[in-house]
Amino acid sequence: MRLLVLLTALVALLFIGSLTVGPAGFGGLSALAGGDGPMPLIMREIRLPRALLGLMIGLSLGLSGAAMQGYLRNPLAEPGLIGVSSTAALGAVLAIHTGLASAWILGLPLAALAGAVAGVALILLLAGPRGGSLTLILAGIALSAMAAALTSLVLNLAPNPWAANEIIFWMMGSLADRSMTHVWLALPLMVVGWLALATTGRGLDALTLGEDAAAAMGINLGRLRLTLVLGTACVIGAGVAVAGAIGFVGLVVPHLLRPWVKARPSQLLWASALGGAAMVLAADMAVRLILPDGDLKLGVLTALVGAPLFLHLIYKTRRGLA
Amino acid sequence: MAGAPERVVSINLCTDQLALMIADEGQLVSVSKLSQDARGSAMAEAASALPANAARAEEVFAMAPDLVLAGTFSSRATVQMLERLGVRVEKFSAASSMGDIRAGIIRMGEVLGRQDRAAELLADFDTELARLSDAPARRPRAAMYFANGYTTGEATLAGQIVHTAGFANIATEEGFAAGGFLPLEKLTLTEPDVVITGQPYRGASRAEDVMRHPVIDRLKGRAATASVTDGDWVCGTPFVLRAIASLRDMRLEMEAAQ
Repeated sequence: MRLLVLLTALVALLFIGSLTVGPAGFGGLSALAGGDGPMPLIMREIRLPRALLGLMIGLSLGLSGAAMQGYLRNPLAEPGLIGVSSTAALGAVLAIHTGLASAWILGLPLAALAGAVAGVALILLLAGPRGGSLTLILAGIALSAMAAALTSLVLNLAPNPWAANEIIFWMMGSLADRSMTHVWLALPLMVVGWLALATTGRGLDALTLGEDAAAAMGINLGRLRLTLVLGTACVIGAGVAVAGAIGFVGLVVPHLLRPWVKARPSQLLWASALGGAAMVLAADMAVRLILPDGDLKLGVLTALVGAPLFLHLIYKTRRGLA
Repeated sequence: MAGAPERVVSINLCTDQLALMIADEGQLVSVSKLSQDARGSAMAEAASALPANAARAEEVFAMAPDLVLAGTFSSRATVQMLERLGVRVEKFSAASSMGDIRAGIIRMGEVLGRQDRAAELLADFDTELARLSDAPARRPRAAMYFANGYTTGEATLAGQIVHTAGFANIATEEGFAAGGFLPLEKLTLTEPDVVITGQPYRGASRAEDVMRHPVIDRLKGRAATASVTDGDWVCGTPFVLRAIASLRDMRLEMEAAQ
């Protein structure tokens, strides 16, 4: 309970913090309520959508990371690392450059969703229900490389001269200059995904005892798996469609919070969701403080924190890998 | 120089247009493909009457030109190859001021042996430029805003167009001479009177999304007319006057409305 209060307070604090920093300098929160002039416009149309997207995407990344790790019982499972974000990005890029995204408002998020579904399904197929570390990571590397190559190919073939420069956005992610349109685009799909993943708690708890025990406790494993696939695909697809692929959040946050919830997957779900929101909001504030006038990609910061931890986890699980 | 060149091939969008205006009938045998595309070319129709080239040494050489017109930014490899093959290549640098445009017209007249036509064009240019140069004491403030939040300053042709049309440039206030990236938040803070955005390229891109951000629409909404740059803005040709004239009309409209 204390953890819930603590994390909620932290997220609220970072959300407010995210609203107050930016290239235009400090902005008072009162500007959000209304008024004319440039500062209220900046607060309402630039910073509010940015902070909201940071919150939503952070929740999604933390939640899906915790759910995947719970289901595969493997601390290395993470949407970014296993290639799901990359396949979602491929879907989004295809939608934008075939014109689907401009022809139909839902084209972009749904195409990213389709990419994410394909990614999760492939990973679960390749890694098997237990998700051994080695197969999981190898399958993830292969899938990431393939999706990234195809994304680059699409962007390089695009007639627009700017398109090829956007490869880095799709691989590293950014929340710069997003608008409320993007919030509304991502929100419905994300809510569906959050609800789906939230129902997996009991099943994930039961799975800690093994598949047979879980089945004996009345858990429908096939349904659990399907919920997980669709839930993860919804939240990752929607997030990547508007902000690109932001890696490592779903790896770092569950790892840090696991001891606090006594390693219970159902508790870890909500804790990781809040923790993920805090991490993304903090990282997004940091990119604006480090390089106020530029567009430092969010994924750069999350990878700087996440990659060393990833190495540490590999080191710890190398016996399992051998 | 032994007489005027008879088979001239231009491989640069801007030399294409100057040559089209100045060359004698039949003198210019090919222009670059770019100049036939109305998105960047002010003379797409006239250019379409001639065979196009893709500015590759091989095809240009096959046209047996006695003069090739290139930009200083044209592919070095192409230009060097043509020179090695013994073709005379004249390179024109990109104009970034009204003086550069005048110099370009005069030089094009010289290399084509059409000094009279160039002088005529220049006289028209000067008269029209003088007519349009009536900047008010209090200039309205304009911001140019392109893909990825790039803004252009006064040391560029676009900046000179805006300046001559009687606007003050936001980029100058923000300390950019040639141009630089201006975050959307900072642009909003400057409260420009006019926002000039670029014409999007074919196909989609995230970089150009920023020109359609709701904030830009709001900023544009305050101005008399939302303006967009086009082929008239790209090259140092007399078409620049057309860009100046339409911007100036917008300014006069704004002043009348006040």
